[in-house]
Formats: sequence, structure tokens, C-alpha cells
Amino acid sequence: MSLEQELLVRPLTARVNLAAPQDLRAYEASGGYVALRKALKELSPADVQSRVKDSNLRGRGGAGFPTGVKWGLVPMGADAGVKYLVCNADEMEPGTFKDRLLMEGAPHQLVEAMIVAAYAIGATTGYIFLRGEYVLAAERLNKALAEARAAGLLGKNILGTGWDYDCFVHTGAGRYICGEETALINSLEGRRANPRAKPPFPQIAGAWGRPTVVNNVESLCNIAPIIVNGADWFKGLSQGKSKDGGTKLYGVSGRARRTGVYELPIGTSAREILEEHGGGMKDGYRLKCWLPGGASTDFLMPEHLDLAMDFDTIAKAGSRMGTGLLTVVDHTQNMVSVVRNLEEFFARESCGWCTPCRDGLPWSVKMLRALEDRRGHADDLVELERLTRLLGPGRTFCAHAPGAMEPLQSALKFFRAEFEAGVSPTATRVDAVQDLAQTGVLDAKVA
Amino acid sequence: MATIHVDGKQYEVDGADNLLQACLNLGLDIPYFCWHPALGSVGACRQCAVKSYRDENDTQGRIVMSCMTPASNGTYISIGDEEAKDFRASVVEFLMTNHPHDCPVCEEGGHCHLQDMTVMTGHHSRSYRFEKRTHLNQDLGPFIGHEMNRCISCYRCVRYYKDYAGGDDLGVFGAAANVYFGRVEDGALESEFSGNLTEVCPTGVFTDKTHSERYTRKWDMQYAPSVCASCAVGCNVSPGERYGEIRRIENRYHGDLNGYFLCDRGRFGYGYTNLKDRPRQAQVNGQTVAGDVAVAAARTAINGAKKTIAIGSPRASVEANFALRELVGAANFHDGHATAEGALVQLALTIVRDGPVRASTITEIENADAVLVLGEDVTATAPRIALALRQAARGKGQALAAEKKVAEWQTIALADLLQRDSYPVFVASVDATRLDDIARDTVRAAPEDLARLGFAVAHALDASSPAVAGLDAQTAERAKTIADALAQAKRPLIVSGTGAGSAAVMQAAANIAWALNAKNADTGLVLTLPEANSYGLALLEPQPLAAALAALERGEADTLVVLENDLERRAPKAALDAALAKVKNLIVIDHTATPTTERAQVVLPAATVFEGDGTLINYEGRAQRHFQVFDPTYYDSKIGLVESWRWLANLEGESRWKILDDMTAAAATAVPALAGIVAAAPNAAFRIDGLKIAREPHRYSGRTAMRANQSVHEPRQPQDADTALNFSMEGYNGVGSLDRPSELLPYAWAPGWNSPQAWNKFQQEVGGNLRGGNPGKLLFAGGATRAYFGDVPAAFAPAGNAYRVLSLHLHFGGDELSSRAPPVRERALPAFVAIARADLAKTGANGHATVNIDGQSLRLPTRVSDTLPAGTIGLPAGFAGIPYLADGVVATVTGA
Repeated sequence: MSLEQELLVRPLTARVNLAAPQDLRAYEASGGYVALRKALKELSPADVQSRVKDSNLRGRGGAGFPTGVKWGLVPMGADAGVKYLVCNADEMEPGTFKDRLLMEGAPHQLVEAMIVAAYAIGATTGYIFLRGEYVLAAERLNKALAEARAAGLLGKNILGTGWDYDCFVHTGAGRYICGEETALINSLEGRRANPRAKPPFPQIAGAWGRPTVVNNVESLCNIAPIIVNGADWFKGLSQGKSKDGGTKLYGVSGRARRTGVYELPIGTSAREILEEHGGGMKDGYRLKCWLPGGASTDFLMPEHLDLAMDFDTIAKAGSRMGTGLLTVVDHTQNMVSVVRNLEEFFARESCGWCTPCRDGLPWSVKMLRALEDRRGHADDLVELERLTRLLGPGRTFCAHAPGAMEPLQSALKFFRAEFEAGVSPTATRVDAVQDLAQTGVLDAKVA
Repeated sequence: MATIHVDGKQYEVDGADNLLQACLNLGLDIPYFCWHPALGSVGACRQCAVKSYRDENDTQGRIVMSCMTPASNGTYISIGDEEAKDFRASVVEFLMTNHPHDCPVCEEGGHCHLQDMTVMTGHHSRSYRFEKRTHLNQDLGPFIGHEMNRCISCYRCVRYYKDYAGGDDLGVFGAAANVYFGRVEDGALESEFSGNLTEVCPTGVFTDKTHSERYTRKWDMQYAPSVCASCAVGCNVSPGERYGEIRRIENRYHGDLNGYFLCDRGRFGYGYTNLKDRPRQAQVNGQTVAGDVAVAAARTAINGAKKTIAIGSPRASVEANFALRELVGAANFHDGHATAEGALVQLALTIVRDGPVRASTITEIENADAVLVLGEDVTATAPRIALALRQAARGKGQALAAEKKVAEWQTIALADLLQRDSYPVFVASVDATRLDDIARDTVRAAPEDLARLGFAVAHALDASSPAVAGLDAQTAERAKTIADALAQAKRPLIVSGTGAGSAAVMQAAANIAWALNAKNADTGLVLTLPEANSYGLALLEPQPLAAALAALERGEADTLVVLENDLERRAPKAALDAALAKVKNLIVIDHTATPTTERAQVVLPAATVFEGDGTLINYEGRAQRHFQVFDPTYYDSKIGLVESWRWLANLEGESRWKILDDMTAAAATAVPALAGIVAAAPNAAFRIDGLKIAREPHRYSGRTAMRANQSVHEPRQPQDADTALNFSMEGYNGVGSLDRPSELLPYAWAPGWNSPQAWNKFQQEVGGNLRGGNPGKLLFAGGATRAYFGDVPAAFAPAGNAYRVLSLHLHFGGDELSSRAPPVRERALPAFVAIARADLAKTGANGHATVNIDGQSLRLPTRVSDTLPAGTIGLPAGFAGIPYLADGVVATVTGA
């Protein structure tokens, strides 16, 4: 297949070259910046918006909110003033590494997407909020931005149209919560990365109080192909596997043979992702359960493997597709340990703003640690279940703690016996103080 | 209005409120932590959860935070729902996983919002069995204690300190379950409003350190409704006493004035009243004598005098000053302000009483949308007003929110919308001020030039007001910018006062306000004053102080009665010495040992504001009654303290003034301008259910043992004939009468509400006016027509080596009384001389300088100022080691 043909099937990754990503010339030679020229010369911002809306592109950051609808909330018009486009490239979801591939392997795709998207919403400045550890991505994005700027594709009077827009890379300081768009905006402004109250939504009052759209890297990278090839082409990419359109970057981590990222039609079954593309489990390891798309999704079981990996199907099965990168748990792993590890992460990454998240997550960690060490109390299971309710949706300020409860509640549901096995038959509340001294809990780092 | 349904009952509420406010307004209790009436909603603590239903048929419902949910029409909620109750109890349980439960040794215990809310949620025992996180504490200076282990991370402290009060040295550090509220390093909190942390903090993280050493539980102190005497704002306070000492001052809510907040000088400056070296017994010629002996000696002196004249006091009550005037006659009654200052106070009176624009309340100041501060460092001279001006600047957030249809209680959204924007505030002053950080533009100039700027602003607003001759282009441009901003505002405000020592500055301020008022009736004006009762004294129309000194020096009068005044702070030393040298008998009535009491033949020990009753008139012309907190003689019968007015009544010898009400009525009758003071508070005959009002909480303990070291026989409690209050826990102390007169609320308490949040129970709506009316009686109405002032001064011109001396006002150290309190002394800077950088080389000052002023030579450390106008020096007014500074006085400066 020629690159041209491949781009029609794998629009996101056909160009990806991690060793030597395309420079501006090579990118343009492979059809790059065609969408930009088309948008700026032939389409109005409203046209661009309606094409994206028609494609029904759903946000690839994990929540699946339709990108066109998000854009449609931005105030437009000559007097709308300063507006911002922010790319959420703070990829910190455990087991997720898809955006990194796009930014390191084809940086111009994101740069072009951010110009077209900015044109569509009338943004005056763009920021790529990049995970701080993505040093190579930062280097390559900055190089691509400089090339685009030098070529008149970015900056003042873009392509002679009189439209000004520039875009900058901002590297994050390392907080998971910056994946939450309003926390990201606070961090971008130089404030604590606490989520904001909504309303007002960022589209109305975001960065520096101005209308702001925050889109994920993968979502944005779909924009240029949609403008070039049209909404119907995009819808067809899923090959009837899902009512959603497009391809999706899926991936596998854990003890699978070929862990990695694969661009496949959205709606591809988890079994195909794991067994065909991920090569199945490594020898000697059996699949015990799996997380469909990051640490903040409910565990699914082997019998769920035939489900189509799209937002609605996975939601119906009681989990969330999230980022679409599977994390597999094998039969040697103790679920209490797996969940303890996840909850430690969430407890540490809580921003500390609201009570249930700040104080509830560390409590869950301490109980899980006790169960892991077989010092648990019978009440701990009851308490953990209670926490899954108290830290659930609506109880907390943002979705961080509810997300953290998803693996815990599903693990308790599917693997209750493993938790019960952590209960010490002799443990009583009276032992508690002794417990502390003997087990090193007092030295624990987290929370 | 909106109709909401709470647990099956229907209520009418203000639909602009959130559900928490709406329910609290209805008297329904929902526990909360992060929400505060002055700080709005942020949804952090999750304590105020209720169950919300789509409609009356929805039985499922969902948990929502009442503080983050609008009280829209047709809302159905349940507070009593089991799931909501369980969630609220669980939130306290979460908080308690780290809270140390050290209530028995915690100073917050007994007025702790966390205790109250814990009890309200019903949480009592928890299954958490792991370790608690611990923190190191910081030394935050002499005012505030810090115990971070108690923290429940409600974020109120930083929201108050940074967002509300504009401080920048307290912050949030860390994340997750390890958030830390403190400073970058140990050190005194820099904000002049740090003390409010002790009331804003819902638990014992930030506590009153001045209270620590002499700690007493809230329920074991005796209180009275009182008024702060450390400036002319007249914030309402609730001083607490035990064993004859003031132990703590807390805010006493006032809907028009201080609201929930005080300044640090007012809160922590009470220590002068507890000083051991205060005159507590009468003295004649240096010998301690019984009160009646001293009175007889004073009377003999007066009877034998060629003529007796008197000097009143701007820090003494109206009643005391009036009694003094009665003693010597109006013609012989002199101003206790310095001569020029007294003239400025009379001018202020003319402007706000007899002019078209009355003085704005603090609530009105907070609602201003463009402000010019002309000549005043408000953070020092009227601190609570400075805090209000910060709210005015921030107020633009509400306007932006309204545009975006965001409710004004959505504090996070307001800040996000506001960013660094604000309503325009212009600060024109002689040197840098502590409000500069909110100023859109600052102007530094000598008083004449500040006045010229002001007159130019007024002229730009109304061409019929006097023009300024010879104005430079830059000042003209500035005047135009300021005038435009004020003219465009809906609620413009002018703030000035006596601080610059310049009549022209005040007249210019008046002209601006009047020019604005001609087109906009919502124009505000504030003139700050030198002392707590400057107006009360001025309304008695005293003769100038200089006249008293002249009469003494000429020998026309040979006996002088001085009321609560240290004359060395009021007149040049040479003139004072010359006058006092001729005095045969000096009779001083004061509560504090001053250089003036040292010179006196007769000292009559007076009650401080805490030990006596009286009336003070604030900058608005609001007459407010302060009530005696305790009777010092109960603890020690040798103590001879009584109110100054009572000494004067005794001295006068007649029996027409038996109790305070007689005194107040006499003043009101004799001086028509004071007619309103009778209505400042209910009189001594006032009763609720036939009862006097108890000063002590009903849980007050230990009374029978209180004097057991002197005698095991418990004496009868002191009787208070002067007021409707009782020196006892006996009497009315319930809240059955939440709308009882607010003037008679000694402290905040309601069943289940022991913390300062109990004030919410006494308000018409939370954070609003008091049900029993906001205390005091306004004596001025404004609205009169008055011609513009016309005397535009010539521009200031430096005069070679003769430097104009400008008074610099500082929050700590300049106020006569509070600067005697040990913690305030610790916070105050040592005296200094500020020299403009441009003049530094010329003066030869290098670290130190010698300042020659009025024949005195002062060696002072220098502070180089980049803002002070060239040709001037600044001296900190009222500081120890700084003499009286006459307006317009000049000094020479040489290297030390």
C-alpha cells in the first residue's frame, strides 16, 4: 500500500516514524497542510465546525464527548475577543502511551490540527500542555512549530489570509489531575492544579477567563483528515464495527507478547486487540482480567473480550473504554496488590481539594495494604465497599475519586475471595496499635 | 423569589442564593466548613450534602452539595434523607482520620466550628485504625498560633488571607492528603488582617496567641457588647474577660460596619488595659489616696483657682467630654486634638454632616466600583476600610459573573473570570501605601500637590468647581483619567481624611464627591479621622487647644483638668512646657500612665473602654455604645477605677448624673447635634422577659472559687445600675429573642453553634443585617447643598535644606493605646526617618540621620524611599521617640 492509500485506512499512524519523523517538506509532500490550506481558503470556521460535527468524532481523551459539540459552545463572532485552544497532551493515565506515539512520530499532524481547530473556533493562541517527561515529544513539537512558523503557516497573517494565530508547547510539572481539563487550565495559568467549578465551562470562561477549548492529542489528529476526506469517509473508517466513526489507537500493556499501540477501526473487539495485535498473553500466563482503558476504568473479565471496544458498548458492560489501551492482569497477580497499587497512585495524585478524595483514598490504601499483608480486618471489606459509594460520582468535586473507585469496586465484585483471604482471623481492633508498629505502615510513604 | 421544597415543606426563598444559604436563612441547619458568608462557595469540604430530587415524584434523588446548587424555583431537596445524613457523617469521619481529637488541650475547644458540625452530623465513633498524618508547625509571629495537625483542609484560611485580604505570605503547599497551610518559612504574618484567621479557621489551626498565655474557655469568660477604640471606624467587638483581665477580643458582627472581620491592631492591641503600671488608684501629689480624698483635693484646687480650664479627649466617650465641658463651661472647654488636627476634624464634620454626601458605610464601600483614595494610608488610619476597599476592587468579578450568568456565590468561577482585572482604584498619597497592590495607578506627592490633583479631578467632573492654576500636563492628564473612571462608575467612592494633615486635600476630596453626586446619587465619600471619638468631641464645639495653652501661659487660668489625653502628643514640646509651667494644679483623669499623668498633682484613674460604659461617634457619625465588660473592683476592692464621666460627676458634686443614662440624656439635651445618642442603645431599664441580659454564658464556671484566695465568702455579684446587662450568668442568655436589640449582644452563641459562625443565627439573612438592627444611631444624614471649596493651594516647592516633614501612618506603633500592648510592640518597627532617594546624597544620611525639628534633635535610622517626594522627609506619626509633628513643620537633616 502506498502512503497515500495507508492514510485513508490509518490516518493517524500511517506517517508515524519514531526514528525520523517527517519534517515540514516531507509532511507536505505526503499531503500535509492540505487541510489547513483548504480550511483557510475554501471554508468558513462554521464550515470546519460543521464538518467535524457531521463526522461525530468523539473525544479520544477518554470521556468520548463529541468534539464538534464542544466547539459549538464557543462564542463566535467578530467581538468574541481572545480565545484559546489547548491540546491536552498531559498523558498520565497509567498504561496509556498513544499520544506520545503521535507526537514523537508525526509532530506536524498535531501542529496542523491545532491550526485548523484554532481557525474553526477563532482561537488566538494555542497551547500544547505536554507531560513533562515527554522530552523527545517536546523537542519534536517545538521543531515542527518552528518550521511551520518559518513557512508562514503559523504566526501573523497565516497563508496571507490576514489571520493571526500562534501555538506554544507548555510542559507540565507532573500531576495526573492535569488531565482534567480545568485543572490543566489552572496549571497552565501557573496556579495549583485543582479542578475548577463548572459552570462556567471552559468554552465560556477557561484559561485566563477567556473561552477555551481543550482537546486530546488523538482527537485533534483526526481533524485534518476529516477536512480533507470528509465526514462520510471518517464514519466509514469503523467498518461497521461501531456506530462511532474513525479509527482508534488501541494498545496493550501487561504480560502480553507484543505490547504496543495499534490503530484499528473503532469498535474492534478487545479479543482482536489482545490476541491478534497484542499477540496474546505471554507463555505461561493466563488472562485473569483486564482494564479497558486506563487505571480509572472498571475491570472486565476474560468473558468480556468479545465486546466491541467503543464508548457505548464498554459502558454497557459496566466499565468505560477510557483511553482504549488495555492493561492485562495475569493469573499470578493478586488482585489486592493490583488494586492497592492503583489506589496508591490515585491517593498520591489527589489534588487535596475535596474531603472524600483527599482523606478517603489514603484510607482505602491503608486497608488494602493491611489485606495485602494478611493483616486485614473483616470490617475492611465493608469499609472498602462503603468507600466506593462515598467516593462515587456527585460526592466529590471532580471525577478523580470516582475514577479511582472503578477498579476497586469491580475487583471487589469479581474477586471478593482474594480480599477475604487478606483478613487475619486473629485481628481485632485492639491489635491496631500493635499492627502499626510491627508492619511498617508507620513508615509508609503514601498518604 | 423562588419556592423550594425541603423535606416536604414549602418555603419562599431568594432564588439568587444557593441552597445552603437559603436553608440557613430559613433557620434550617445544614453543616458546612468551606463555605463562609463572606467567602462564598467552593465545594471543597463536601459537608453540606443534601438529597436533590427532580420533582415531587422522584423518590431516588441524588446527592448534591447545597452550597454549589442554586435555590431555583421548584427545587425539591431533603436534608433528613438517610443517605445524605450518612454521607455528611462520613465526611466528618474522613476529616477525623487526621484530626488529632485534642479538644481537651485545644484552644479552639468550646468555640469550635468543627466540634459543632461534628455534633450536628451525629458522627461519634470511627473504624479508622491507621496512623494520622502529622505536620511541623510554624512560628507565625506574636499574634497567631499554628497547629497544622488539626487542619481539615477547608481552604478557608488561604481564601480569606490571599483572595479576600490580599495577603501574599500564606499559602497552600503540597498536595493529596499532605496539603499544608502556612508560610514559606517561619515569620510573622504580614497582613494587617491576619487575626481574622482565628475566626475563619473552623478549628484550632490558627488561634489567638495573645490569648494563649492567659487562656480561658469561651464559656468561662465574661463579655460585653463593645466598640473598638483604636480608630474612628468603630468596629464592634466582643472582649472576653476573666479574673479582671481582658483575655481576648473577638469580632462582634455588624452588618453595616465590620461584618465578620477586624484589623490586627483592634484585635490584638487590647493589652494596654491589662498593664500592671496603669493608674488604678487615685493619687494626690504622687501619694496613693482613696478616691473621695482625690476628688476632694481636686475640688479644692478648682474652687481655689483663679480660673479652671479643661482639655477634652478624642479617645474618651461623649459622656466624659460632656461632663468635663459642664464642669468648666463651654468657653473653657478645649479640644483634645492638636490644634490643626482639631480644625481638620471640624472640617470633616462640615463635609460629611453639612454637605450633600454623607459618609459611606463599610458595606457601601465594598460595593463601590471606582475608588479614589486621596492623601490617606487607609490601612493605617482606618484599617477596616482598607479591607473593604479590597472587596470593592474585587467586586468586578460579580459583574463579570452576572454577564456570564454565573451566580455571585460561585467564588472559584468569579476568580477565574476576574483573573487580574479589578474595578479601578487610584491611590494618591505622600508615600507608598499598603493598598498600592490593588491600585490601577498611584500618585506620590506632597499634600499641596495631592490637593491640586484632587481639585483638578473635581474640575474635570464639573467645570463650575474651581480650576487649578498652573497645573502640569502630566497631572492634568492623570486628573482626566481619574475623573473619567469615576464618572463612568455606577457607585464611585472618594476616600480621604485627616491623615495627610491637609485641609486642602479634604476639601478637594469633598469637591470631587460633590461634583460626582450632582450627577450620581450613589456617590460615596469617606473621611477618616484621628481617633475613635474625634466626632464626639468635635460636636461639643471645643475651643482650640492652642487657646488653652495660651491662656495658661498668659496666666489667665491656673488650673487645668485634662481628660484621657497625653498632651505631649498634641502640641510642640516648648509650647506645652511653657504653658504647664504656669499651672498651679493639674488634674488628669486617665486610664494610662503618660507623661501628662506624671506631671499631675491629682490623678483620677479612669476606666478603659473595656471597664466602662459610654458613647463613641465614628467616621459615619454613628453613635455607638460600648458597655463595661467587667467590674475591676470585684477582684480587688482597692482598685479605684471608674469611668471618667463618673469622676467628673463626683467632682461636679451635684447628684443630677447618677447613671449613664442621666449623663447621655444630659448631653443629648444640652447639645442638639447629640440628640440622637440616647437612641444608640437601649437604656438601663430595658429587659427581656423581665430579665437583664447576662454578660456571662450560661456555662460559666468557677464563680464561687474566683475570689477564694481573698475570702471564702463569695460576695454578691457587682450590680450594674448603668445598663441592661448583668455581671453574671444570671439573666437573659437564650436565643429565644434572636431579634433582641443587637446593641445588647455580648457574644455569639446559639444552641448548637458555639463558634463565631453563631452570628449567622442573628442575621436577617446569613452575612446580612442583624435581625435586631445594626447597632448604633446615625447622627448625620447628608443631603444638604453646599458650595464647592475654593482655596486651591500653590504647588509644593522643595526649600533647600529645610525639609517638609510628612507624617507617615503605620498600622502598628503609632496608635497611643495599642502600641503599649506587648504583642503589638513586637510587631511595630522602631522609629525611623524616611528620606527620598533624590535627597539622600544631599543630606549625607548613611544608615542613620540626625533630624532637627522644633528645637529637638533626633538620631534615627534612615529608610530610603523611592516614593517620597523630593524635599520632604517622613516620620512615623505617634511613634515612641518621635515628637509631636505640627502640620507644615520643616526640619533639617544631617548625617548621623
